[in-house]
Amino acid sequence: MYFRTMVVALLVSMGCANAQPVDINTKVSLEYRHFVDSPIHVGQSGRSNSSVSLEPEFYWTSDDGNHSVLFKPFARLDERDDERTHTDVRELLWTYVDDGWELKAGIGKVFWGVTEFQHLVDTINQNDDVEDIDGEDKLGQPMVNLSLAHDWGILDLYLLPYFRERTFPGVDGRLRGSQVIDQNSAVFESSAGKERLDLAVRWSHSFSDYDVGVHFFEGTNRTPVVQFDDDRLTPYYQQMTQIGVDLQATKGDWLLKFEALHRDTSLQDYSAVQAGFEYTFVGVAGSSADIGMLAEYSWDERGDELGGSDFQNDIYVGTRLAFNDTQSTELLIGGGYDIDHEGSKFIVEGSRRLGSNWKAIIEARIFNDNSELAPAFGLRRDDMLQLTIERYF
Amino acid sequence: MIYKTNLTKLQQSLSIAALLTALPLLITTPASAQDQSAQERGLAIATEAKVRDTGWGDSSASMIMVLKNKQGQESSRELRVKALELDNDGDKSLTVFDKPLDVKGTSFLSFSHIDTPDDQWLFLPALKRVKRISSRNKSGPFMGSEFAFEDLSSFEVDKYSYTYLNDETIDGMELYVIEQIPNDEFSGYTKRVAWLDKVHYRPFKIDFYDRKGSLLKTLTFSRYQQYLGKFWRAEESTMINHQSGKSTLLSYSDYKFNIGLKDSDFNKNTLKRAR
Repeated sequence: MYFRTMVVALLVSMGCANAQPVDINTKVSLEYRHFVDSPIHVGQSGRSNSSVSLEPEFYWTSDDGNHSVLFKPFARLDERDDERTHTDVRELLWTYVDDGWELKAGIGKVFWGVTEFQHLVDTINQNDDVEDIDGEDKLGQPMVNLSLAHDWGILDLYLLPYFRERTFPGVDGRLRGSQVIDQNSAVFESSAGKERLDLAVRWSHSFSDYDVGVHFFEGTNRTPVVQFDDDRLTPYYQQMTQIGVDLQATKGDWLLKFEALHRDTSLQDYSAVQAGFEYTFVGVAGSSADIGMLAEYSWDERGDELGGSDFQNDIYVGTRLAFNDTQSTELLIGGGYDIDHEGSKFIVEGSRRLGSNWKAIIEARIFNDNSELAPAFGLRRDDMLQLTIERYF
Repeated sequence: MIYKTNLTKLQQSLSIAALLTALPLLITTPASAQDQSAQERGLAIATEAKVRDTGWGDSSASMIMVLKNKQGQESSRELRVKALELDNDGDKSLTVFDKPLDVKGTSFLSFSHIDTPDDQWLFLPALKRVKRISSRNKSGPFMGSEFAFEDLSSFEVDKYSYTYLNDETIDGMELYVIEQIPNDEFSGYTKRVAWLDKVHYRPFKIDFYDRKGSLLKTLTFSRYQQYLGKFWRAEESTMINHQSGKSTLLSYSDYKFNIGLKDSDFNKNTLKRAR
């Protein structure tokens, strides 16, 4: 099913009209992680980890521009963690464009939402959590997407015919809990398992300073409940019905952001919110640099219940410094505080372009969760510094 | 975690009609000009300039920026722009970035308005995220260049208060010299002085004065071409920063007009698939 969709997408596109030459762009990334402390979980070893990833992108378009195919495979080789050494088809998407509507089929990626510290309503794609723990790396999602753009807004209809299971660090990997989650023994509530057809609809529109999105999703919850099963941790994927909203007001130097959802599953029925603001000081002290201040609050009705969220009652603040120089130098400093468990975490991210085809990225993370109830308790010895060099071709 | 883009400032202004229109300003003097005050004469010239650059419909073009620092080291930016002129509102535009490669595929949608702040969205291809951004910051550098966002935005009469200064002749070309005071409190300038040729009403040179009133930059236009028998576009313009010693050369190519762009070519869907 999965593979057949890809092949059909390719053939349809190739058969249609004369194609322009293939546009190929590649990103190669070298990553080095240094952990401050020795590991505490069984199976882990060493305080450093090296890794390399490759992400080429191939793009074809027909002469008239109505048909296109985008193919973006991904591969990572990791020094220690066999689960992090993995490949994925991030995108293999055929797109047909007409006036006011477009149809996409294949494997794609969709982003919903407006907030920065948690992407609460971003529902369609599964997390590739072996890549990083910030939830921004996603696995490719098989889909058919019809999108209508009119003066009443944009209406997206999605058929999602195949489910992607979340990736988890292996026994050798850092940035995990004390026990490994066994990816190979996932249990599904639906008798159709991964073959279940999921559905989603989203309407979005802009009214002057306001951008609003409302969605409905009916299908397999991308976030599993992790359960004990014969001394193993196994992911359990429930069915869910979800409605959600995202809203941003853009008022001068202020961006006001709000996301909320309500989710029905057979175990739970709950709401969650992520909301906050971003304010930018422009041209600080007569320079070209900008400083952005961000603050957000996370709330999840489940609290510490089974399957609860890491964002149940948390405050996040951050500052983003953009130098606006030739090398696009940027620095982000952020922190999160878990009000219920009095745990905290800090993050620093800096990046700078080197020459025209290279980029250097530095990241630091500090985890301060001393309560055993805190979801991030397992990461308490995983403070780390990460250096990444990217080369673009 | 926190979104970020290497376009940094792209976030702000950048009303592209702008990038295309690139400041074809002012105009001829009515016969009674001598009777008018310097302010009225300046305004009349600006108004006529805008009238003469109205009616271009829709267009597309490619741009290359070469940034040079004091030591002569160069780096370049490449982008493509599509723009649509609207009758009773500012222009709509869609910009796609090709270089540097780490921002390739990033695109930018702008609906400029005459009386209210522009509506602007940025598409970040790595996350597939469309982000509505603030259009408040006009004074910041565009992609690290010597062009500020406001330097690239389309010329609208109401953006400035005018004073006609004098006539000048440079290299045999007769020019009007007009002082323009920005009305926008968020402008990075206290004053601009523009030289416009009397025959074709095209900008020849603009001096920019910073918030302290000192000469900051000079922009010169060259290699003018005429399109549709009416609209003049400079293929090259050079911005020199007198205070930092840096400069940026902006070159346009592949100008096309009347390519059939419609309102439906400028929305969040077209932004996401722009590339």
